[in-house]
Amino acid sequence: MRAPDNPVFAKGDVLLAVENVSLGFGGVKALTDVSFDIRKSEIRAIIGPNGAGKTSMLNCINGFYYPTEGRITFKGVKRPKMRPYEAARGGIARTFQNVALFKSMSTLDNIMAGRSIKMHSNFFWQLFRHGPAMKEEVEHRRFVEEIIDFLEIQHIRKTPVGRLPYGLQKRVELGRALAMEPELLLLDEPMAGMNLEEKEDMSRFILEVNQQYGTTIALIEHDMGVVMDLSDRVVVLEYGRKIADGTPSEVKGDQRVIDAYLGVAH
Amino acid sequence: MLYREAGQFKTNYVADSAIFPLRQDRIGLGLIIIAAYALAFLGNSFLLQAVMIPFLVFSLASIGLNILTGYTGLLSLGTGAFMGVGAYACYKLMTAFPEVNVIVWIFVSGFFSAAIGALFGLPSLRIKGFYLAVATLAAQFFLQWCFIRIPWLVNYNVSGALDAPLRTLFGTPIMGPNATPQTRYLVVLTIVILLTWLASNLVHGRIGRMWIAIRDMDLAAELMGIRPLQTKLLAFAVSSYYCGVAGALLVFLWYGGAEYDVFNINQSFFILFMVIIGGLGSLIGSFFGAALIFILPIVLGIVLPAIMSPFGISVGADVIEHLRFMIVGALIIFFLIVEPHGLARLWQIGKQKLLVWPFPY
Ligand SMILES: Nc1ncnc2c1ncn2[C@@H]1O[C@H](COP(=O)(O)OP(=O)(O)OP(=O)(O)O)[C@@H](O)[C@H]1O
Ligand SMILES: [Mg+2]
Repeated sequence: MRAPDNPVFAKGDVLLAVENVSLGFGGVKALTDVSFDIRKSEIRAIIGPNGAGKTSMLNCINGFYYPTEGRITFKGVKRPKMRPYEAARGGIARTFQNVALFKSMSTLDNIMAGRSIKMHSNFFWQLFRHGPAMKEEVEHRRFVEEIIDFLEIQHIRKTPVGRLPYGLQKRVELGRALAMEPELLLLDEPMAGMNLEEKEDMSRFILEVNQQYGTTIALIEHDMGVVMDLSDRVVVLEYGRKIADGTPSEVKGDQRVIDAYLGVAH
Repeated sequence: MLYREAGQFKTNYVADSAIFPLRQDRIGLGLIIIAAYALAFLGNSFLLQAVMIPFLVFSLASIGLNILTGYTGLLSLGTGAFMGVGAYACYKLMTAFPEVNVIVWIFVSGFFSAAIGALFGLPSLRIKGFYLAVATLAAQFFLQWCFIRIPWLVNYNVSGALDAPLRTLFGTPIMGPNATPQTRYLVVLTIVILLTWLASNLVHGRIGRMWIAIRDMDLAAELMGIRPLQTKLLAFAVSSYYCGVAGALLVFLWYGGAEYDVFNINQSFFILFMVIIGGLGSLIGSFFGAALIFILPIVLGIVLPAIMSPFGISVGADVIEHLRFMIVGALIIFFLIVEPHGLARLWQIGKQKLLVWPFPY
């Protein structure tokens, strides 16, 4: 992706705008005319019942799917049709609803893999594992160790991630996304399947990332308590449509949201 | 000396990122390399010519295929053909420019198979697994057709075969009829050690992580900003480079001459079996696989008749040949079912056990 004409995005500016986005799979409409925005340095929750289209929305934002209608503007530039790796290079990182780690690699290598785009030493130096290649390897290792310390996963540094319990895998996946130093971090149900203690840890990490580095976060989460605690603003989807948008307390009081969650028939 | 981690604390990331962080491993590796060179002076011609040279050549080809199939997860059945490209390229180069040392041409010939490999790797962006295997099969048959039908490749030799011309290094013949098994072994050994070291550097760094990322979870890899096509094509190119050099070594430093037939589909499968049995995604496994599939039958051929003759049973060459296929087949099934990570995994487990021995854990 081309860098925009270098505007500095201050806290509160619109970082990503979704305008009238629709997405269809054959006959199924996963998203219908959805518009919302994500502002710099906020935590934006996306909630809704199962099948509401939350994951599909993230997939549109990072280029897995291309919306059938509507447009997405990132950092003030309307995005051309782009591949996920271009979105990644543009500063969008993500974790998955079902953990998608490189399961044969260790925790360390998974997070190092997240730094691939930041590493530039050429093939020749890579062949000899010397000079710039080794210097770079060590530099990035240092950065990765900071992430490992931050996420408190020092003890599993060299463990192949396939052998880790689910909660830790989710944590490593967050680490891998953080290694990309993203401007926009998309988290798809980062706390699904965790116990209370693990959820508290994860909430703390998300808040700290947001506060310390000013990373903008879009968060899909089913646990309402977590959503209310963490997020600045919430967008609510149901059957692929946006039914509410606002601060947690506004959304919580919205009759349509209450109906959607209680399963009231329309 | 005990095999222990204790007391070896890593004080910096350079040491901790070393490929062999354990001192005992480094010493072991050094001893193996010394022994391999010593073998050139201790071993007899049969051992060097019929066992060690082919073992090294197949190990190199297995490393090549392992980079593609083991590390990057792209199944290829074109290994034989990619080896062939290296051999034919080497032949053309060294006969066209005989004044340049042949060692140079052996290394350069790999670039030709790298280019051809990358070309046939293009479909890998769109197709995977079984379908990609079929696409590489097309490469296998197309290239083999070229080897047969383009007489220019063998300088219009009436026999249609490749032959090893006399070539020297520092005045000593290293190729052709006058080259002794000893010198050829030394050349092959040095090339294989060098290329193995380079491969090891690659797979342990950024590029290796990108390959494994593509293998383990290609969608997530793409989300890390890893370009799938470039990464896969690089794997095809590097893999084919290794196969190409192995092909050149096979014809000119082992056989001393060969026809197109040595690069057929059987060769592709032969190398694939070595990679599977040795361990997908392991360099040392490539050596184990080559040893097991190539050397084991030779050992059986010597040992079986010796065991059987006291009982009055004579074991003929044909029986050995049948046994060889049966044993290799059984081993493949065994490894696919019991230990999909191959001998390399067993080796690792063994080392883990040794680290804590005599305690169970
Ligand atoms: N690749 C696809 N092909 C066809 N239909 C799809 C595809 N991806 C999603 N859908 C459909 O789109 C709708 C929205 O799915 P999505 O996964 O976005 O929901 P979600 O809000 O993330 O749900 P959950 O809370 O269960 O994760 C569903 O009806 C789903 O079946
Ligand atoms: Mg979902």
